[in-house]
Amino acid sequence: MNEQVNTAQLTPADFTTDQEVRWCPGCGDYAILKAVRTVLAEVGARRENTVFVSGIGCSSRFPYYIDTYGFHTIHGRAPAVATGMLLANPDLDVWIITGDGDGLSIGGNHLLHILRRNLNCQILLFNNETYGLTKGQYSPTSHQATRSPSSPGGSVDSPVDPAGFALGCGARFVARGVDTQIKQLTEVLKAAYHHKGASFVEIYQNCIVFNEDVFEDFTAKSNIADHQIQLESGAPLLFGKDKSRGIAFDPSSLGLKTVDASSGEADILMHDPANYNLASALARFANPDNPVATGVLYDNPAPVYTGHPVSTGKRSLEDVLRGGFSWQVGKNE
Amino acid sequence: MNIASNKELQEQATAETVVVRLAGDSGDGIQVIGSQLGLASAMAENDLGTFPEYPSEVRAPVGTTYGVSAYQVHFGGRPIKTIGDEADMLVALNPAALKTNLDTLKKGGVILIDVGSFTQRNIEKAGYESSPLEDGSLNNYHLLDPDISKMTLEAVADTGLNRKASMRCKNFWALGLVYWLYGRDRSPTVEWLNRKFAANPDVAGANVAALNAGHAYGETMEATATNVARMDQPPGTYSFVTGYEALAWGLAAAAELSDRQLVFASYPITPASPLLHTLAKLSDIGVRTFQAEDEIAAICAAIGVSFAGGIGVTSSSGPGIALKQEAMSLAVSAELPLVIVNTQRAGPSTGMPTKTEQSDLNQALYGRHGESPLVVLAAGTPAECFDLAIEATRIALTYMTPVILLSDGFVANSSSPWTLPNMDSLKKIEVKNHTDTENFNPYHRDPDTLARSWAVPGTPGCEHRIGGIEKDYATGHISYEPDNHQKMTDVRAARIDGIAKSIPPLKPDQGEAEGEMAVVGWGSTYGPISRAISNLRARGLSVSHIHLTHIRPFAPNQNELLKGFRQILVPEMNSGQLVNLLKAEGCPHAEKLSKMTGRPFQVKEIEEAVMSRLEATDE
Ligand SMILES: Cc1ncc(C[n+]2csc(CCOP(=O)(O)OP(=O)(O)O)c2C)c(N)n1
Ligand code: SF4
Repeated sequence: MNEQVNTAQLTPADFTTDQEVRWCPGCGDYAILKAVRTVLAEVGARRENTVFVSGIGCSSRFPYYIDTYGFHTIHGRAPAVATGMLLANPDLDVWIITGDGDGLSIGGNHLLHILRRNLNCQILLFNNETYGLTKGQYSPTSHQATRSPSSPGGSVDSPVDPAGFALGCGARFVARGVDTQIKQLTEVLKAAYHHKGASFVEIYQNCIVFNEDVFEDFTAKSNIADHQIQLESGAPLLFGKDKSRGIAFDPSSLGLKTVDASSGEADILMHDPANYNLASALARFANPDNPVATGVLYDNPAPVYTGHPVSTGKRSLEDVLRGGFSWQVGKNE
Repeated sequence: MNIASNKELQEQATAETVVVRLAGDSGDGIQVIGSQLGLASAMAENDLGTFPEYPSEVRAPVGTTYGVSAYQVHFGGRPIKTIGDEADMLVALNPAALKTNLDTLKKGGVILIDVGSFTQRNIEKAGYESSPLEDGSLNNYHLLDPDISKMTLEAVADTGLNRKASMRCKNFWALGLVYWLYGRDRSPTVEWLNRKFAANPDVAGANVAALNAGHAYGETMEATATNVARMDQPPGTYSFVTGYEALAWGLAAAAELSDRQLVFASYPITPASPLLHTLAKLSDIGVRTFQAEDEIAAICAAIGVSFAGGIGVTSSSGPGIALKQEAMSLAVSAELPLVIVNTQRAGPSTGMPTKTEQSDLNQALYGRHGESPLVVLAAGTPAECFDLAIEATRIALTYMTPVILLSDGFVANSSSPWTLPNMDSLKKIEVKNHTDTENFNPYHRDPDTLARSWAVPGTPGCEHRIGGIEKDYATGHISYEPDNHQKMTDVRAARIDGIAKSIPPLKPDQGEAEGEMAVVGWGSTYGPISRAISNLRARGLSVSHIHLTHIRPFAPNQNELLKGFRQILVPEMNSGQLVNLLKAEGCPHAEKLSKMTGRPFQVKEIEEAVMSRLEATDE
């Protein structure tokens, strides 16, 4: 770690820049910005050691609003730029901000590779199921039949699930949060920060202009209890009013099923974030049949990528130059 | 006999230079014996140039014409600038190699074939209707036709290798005979074989036995050996290097001279990959390499490296460079140092990946979006690859700009003797990170270089946000103001133009600084142009050779120098890209000499073009 000269605790305000925030009033991005500033203060992040890297999209404007180092790069490529930063200086605390279009359409390849390499960074993917900045076209996460300027008759592509994608890529930390569930979101972000390796967090974000309330079925206050299961490590997988429903193993499908938990007879599973199969099955849960899983789905650290090892001192450049066949011409043999 | 005639006799028996072309199936080990012949010649105090030509198929069927691999070596007792227009000797280890390479051999030249490989089947596979050994088609040549296959098997019989492994020593048998014919010393090759196969003494021994057997064959057959002139080389320590090695070492040297972490990020592509391979072997001197998922990731990672304070270097060839263009513009806008190496190949699209061309100059100059000027340099020899790798890094770090360094398949893969540089005598690259927090602004500029301040993450008090969005000239914050965009556009251009001040004045490589004609070149046409000009000058013609390494910006005195010549001829392996630039930038009388065959210029092509123009003006 870099030497930290000033160890005074910073506040969320210390991470706020003098730049005017330019998102539409009411955009979910504001809440995420606030949560991130809070988390940075709480975990004791140092401004000089922190870098926010983003691609292009509404969400990717994020670095301008956080008073750390920041780099707003090009569409989809933030993971690649971040990789270079970490190869040059592995002590940096790097946060990648990306959207569903940025991260999964144009940048899907880079997202795959940063996850499977396991670079030490946090990746926050703001999922609003639309391309906000380019005015509302359907995105790779849009559910089928989404009507948009580029799909007036309804989209025909089948959507990708970001968390499932991340797990498939070999990510060792995968979590979900919601822009309006700040308490859970800050907890998730803190866990992501503390995880060594690439931490992937999908954040359901409401684009009030182009895709308002698309997640209402499980994020509206009145729907949370019945349509979301908020994961907690070591706690039983229960949800619903009065925790009356739970998740159990389904031998017939080798998967999970939702069961009635009120009788106390069902074998309700405990959440174990180190269990890959459980995380994968939970990631696939979707309304209306099953609750959407939020919180930390998977947290199972593996060695962090630092590139091919380099060392100095064994040979010098002079040794390299003279190492092949070299010969002397002239007197001083 | 008086001394003069004695000298005359001696000169007759001594060749000033010799061109040997080795060809065989891709599995025959032609590249290995080619580079050994190069090394043996270098150690025999010859100057030389070499060039490998590979088939583009990874493993073409044995015996086919598209599976032929070749290696040309030009060596002798005067400075060698090219691989030689025509070969004096062709070694063809099978009929397909003969068929595809005969046109490179001069009339009356020597052909060495392995008669054992001229079976009916192989002759047919090569596409011959009748055996070239019998139909008189080789009458104009001097044919040596030992049964190399058989004699190799005999020579290695008691080394314990099986038949297949024994047959693999054929190449060294042929090399042994070549060594006899040109008086090369076998010991560097024996030493190399023993080192290379240290873990496999049987294999080393068999190859040495084959080499010796080929050599002994020459001796017993009393084949006439040619004496090759030796060079008076300037004193120094020499090595035998390829362009890509010199480039890799130059980048490593630049990292040492600037005391910064070099991170080389690349994605494999022919003919650029050897640079990645060479640098990957330098991790023990602190070089970091990153094989990215694609070219876009490679350049973006390099940009990330520079943002974090290292030297970001990326490399590719035409198609991959095309993918990097958006990110190059980002580096221009963010004003970050970056070195982009383009080892050009023949295009368009996948084109002819193993063949050489200089057709990405326009791409380097203009291949970005928006107005995004950057620096373009071009290397034409292995020595220049080393020097320009350092120069590219110096400019990138000093001026906070991307630099494109053009190489090509020919300069990258050809090799020549090289005087090893003395690291202590190389100039340090002094660029400091910005750490002063007082009124910090990332777009504050050094009035001299117009470079912005480079504060790197980890520096307290200099936190800042940058990106591709237009920045305010004064504060560095986002700005869409019309006048500001004009001002930023102007300053980005002025910064690149201003680099000219730091470039040494351009001088002719050969000849006077004014006169009837200058032949202007860049990149790997250096060798053939240089040789052509020295031949023409030896005939008393007033022509000069001007070689450009800095293409954007030009050396400050370039226009003035070119104005001193009545005619300007620009040979290029493209259809006139530099010519058009010269015309646009104040040299309207520049004339093109274009060649796009995938092969380098021949000396005589340039000589003829110069002569025809000089004669035309005589009338
Ligand atoms: C190479 C390139 N292609 C296309 C664009 C246009 N573009 C900018 S943002 C964007 C989509 C952003 O969507 P998302 O990542 O979901 O972010 P949001 O705006 O919704 O936060 C597109 C297509 C671009 N800037 N660059
Ligand atoms: S368009 Fe949507 S995502 Fe973009 S700022 Fe507005 S509300 Fe937010």
